[in-house]
Amino acid sequence: MNVNQSVIEQEKAGEKQYSYLNLGPTHPATHGIFQNVLKMDGEIIVEAEPTIGYIHRAFEKLAERRPFYQITPLTDRMNYCSSPINNMGWHMTVEKLLNIEIPKRVQYLRVIIMELSRISDHIICNTIIGQDTGATTGFLYLFQMRERIYEIFEEICGARLTTNIGRIGGLERDVPQKAWDKIDKFLIDFPIAFKEFSNLLERNRIFMDRTINCGPISAERALNYSFSGPNLRAAGVDYDVRVMNPYSSYEEFDFIIPVGTNGDTYDRFMVRQEEMWQSLSIVKQAIEKVKKEPAGIYSARVPEFCLPPKEEVYNDMEALIYHFKIVMGETEIPKGEVYHCVEGGNGELGFYLISDGGRTPFRLQFRRPCFIYYQAYPEMIKGSMLSDAVITMSSMNVIAGELDA
Amino acid sequence: MEGSTQDNVISALKEKYEDQILHMDTPYNFLTISLKKEKIVEIIQYLYNHPDTKLQYLTTLCGIHYPELNQIAVMYQLHNLATNTRVRLKIFLSAENPVTPTITPIFSGANWLERETYDFYGVNFVGHPNLKRILNVEDMIIFPLRKEYPLEDQRREDKNDTMFGR
Amino acid sequence: MESTSIQQGVTIGTKPEGYEGAGFFATSLDKVVGLARKNSIWPLPFATSCCGIEFMATMASHYDLARFGSERLSFSPRQADLLMVMGTIAKKMGPILRQVYEQMAEPRWVISVGACACSGGIFDTYSVLQGIDRIIPVDVYVPGCPPRPEQIIDGILKIQHLVETESLRRRDSDEYKAMLNKYGME
Repeated sequence: MNVNQSVIEQEKAGEKQYSYLNLGPTHPATHGIFQNVLKMDGEIIVEAEPTIGYIHRAFEKLAERRPFYQITPLTDRMNYCSSPINNMGWHMTVEKLLNIEIPKRVQYLRVIIMELSRISDHIICNTIIGQDTGATTGFLYLFQMRERIYEIFEEICGARLTTNIGRIGGLERDVPQKAWDKIDKFLIDFPIAFKEFSNLLERNRIFMDRTINCGPISAERALNYSFSGPNLRAAGVDYDVRVMNPYSSYEEFDFIIPVGTNGDTYDRFMVRQEEMWQSLSIVKQAIEKVKKEPAGIYSARVPEFCLPPKEEVYNDMEALIYHFKIVMGETEIPKGEVYHCVEGGNGELGFYLISDGGRTPFRLQFRRPCFIYYQAYPEMIKGSMLSDAVITMSSMNVIAGELDA
Repeated sequence: MEGSTQDNVISALKEKYEDQILHMDTPYNFLTISLKKEKIVEIIQYLYNHPDTKLQYLTTLCGIHYPELNQIAVMYQLHNLATNTRVRLKIFLSAENPVTPTITPIFSGANWLERETYDFYGVNFVGHPNLKRILNVEDMIIFPLRKEYPLEDQRREDKNDTMFGR
Repeated sequence: MESTSIQQGVTIGTKPEGYEGAGFFATSLDKVVGLARKNSIWPLPFATSCCGIEFMATMASHYDLARFGSERLSFSPRQADLLMVMGTIAKKMGPILRQVYEQMAEPRWVISVGACACSGGIFDTYSVLQGIDRIIPVDVYVPGCPPRPEQIIDGILKIQHLVETESLRRRDSDEYKAMLNKYGME
């Protein structure tokens, strides 16, 4: 009896032996903490059972206890690879509720900051794919560029990672000249480094063999699983919130939405690569637009809702009153129900806010793209090798903080 | 443009399920429809298939607790990616025993969202393939996002309430 | 022998106190072991959230933890000397952290990076463990939300100082055993 026959007979008798492998929650390949119990047939994955919630921090409950402006630090810690997008998404939600008109210059400044943070988010994801396929060079090389983006954020708001950038109604201060200089330098240096990184991996035979047809998902399944962002675009659906529901004047910018065909790891990698080039071009366009606007405007200056500058608080009676009112939660917040979404690093990042007129939100739900698309993971890795499961996960860019809320 | 596609949804819904509509509103230009809870899955399936609406993308799903009414609302937010129509559907369940059928046969993406809603509010989605807690530890007995439960861990002893009021 | 200017500026380690003569150097074993251990710590990164990303920056080219002899990450707790807990530890994660700590061989050190790991940080909620020192002993706390890479490096230097000056008998002492017993460990 040869081996094949014995396997078939075992299967018939229901005796086939599977082994179970526990991947996570503290596994170097899982970049964050999620557990997957894999049912393995040799090296083929038969079934996967993901368990999440290992850093559940109760954001939604916390948000119900905090005044609106204090929720910004919470959004920082959701997708911590692209905090500014989360911050500004939240600010825009509140502005929508309060019907605040934002000056054009502020909108363009926001676009610059958001696109820079999209680049930094995609740098992490793509270099980690390289790392997991055995190409550490790219990681060490592009992280230098990521530090440059962090330096720009530091100049603007003082923090690197969890930025708490901006306030309701605009930014907390004007972007200083030093930051503009650093952005200009970044725009010159980044394309050179990024081109080299692209040359290392994009047409690399080993990398392509490793990633093409690895963890694919069809467009139909992706939509049924409510995918969004680069992962959905890799499957071939050109859904981008920046185009479909433009916010912050995105309709004035000229950029293309890259789409893939197979929805596999290589497509996800390539979509992110191209998005970085597009973000770079958006930043350049936004800088040109900012130059045409009157200088010095950095906030909508709605004193009822955004904190006045400290000098005014100390010297001006009215500002002091507003300051007191906002901090003590005595401003009139309208009742209402708002949904606002932005294109986060991972997809449609939505804020569903119900206000009952009180100091804090009555209910705030975050539509967290990671949480929604990660549930397709068992389906995507079914029938593939164990090592493919690892790079599929890193190419999906699952951020534990966003996943577990 | 925005208005006309929303009208499509309203007329399609009125065609067959007019008696199910409790309330209709468009706060901040976002069509919000409150429905009776009995036929929610049927209606979502109908809006999924109807050629005028084709709401085939589930954006999000969540629970909302109204302690004064003693009700838990479940909010479904649907999206038609072709015409860019967004619709919010709401049903209201009693807080003592919130039960509603699952929509996982229509949207695979609803699986974890429903589990999360169960975890936070205790909404029992009948027919769900794997309805157990997702974010919290499995031996938890409360449903933490209901308004009556406090945010902080009550077993903490190191916090002095006389100095730091909660 | 003439040394180049680069070699002149480099110190590999400071020589411990001892007696020196022609062809010999005598010092206590503690000091030699401490010196060797100090510069070859294998950290186990237990990165859960935001601080983990800052740790990635610390490891990467710009801040380069390899300068301090700690670039060799040990993802297996059994070979690790230093447990670096970075990020929020939820109650669901608590038992796992404890298990990882128990799997580590003595001598072992723990550094708690970030406000969440030190005290729960801003997350005073039902699901978050209010500081990892409730379940495992901690040697060095690094504050910040998240701490900058420089701060993480500073924490590692503090650990290096502890490693260097630790007596070889400390882990056998009654105080140490009593401390572990307090956490319910052997």
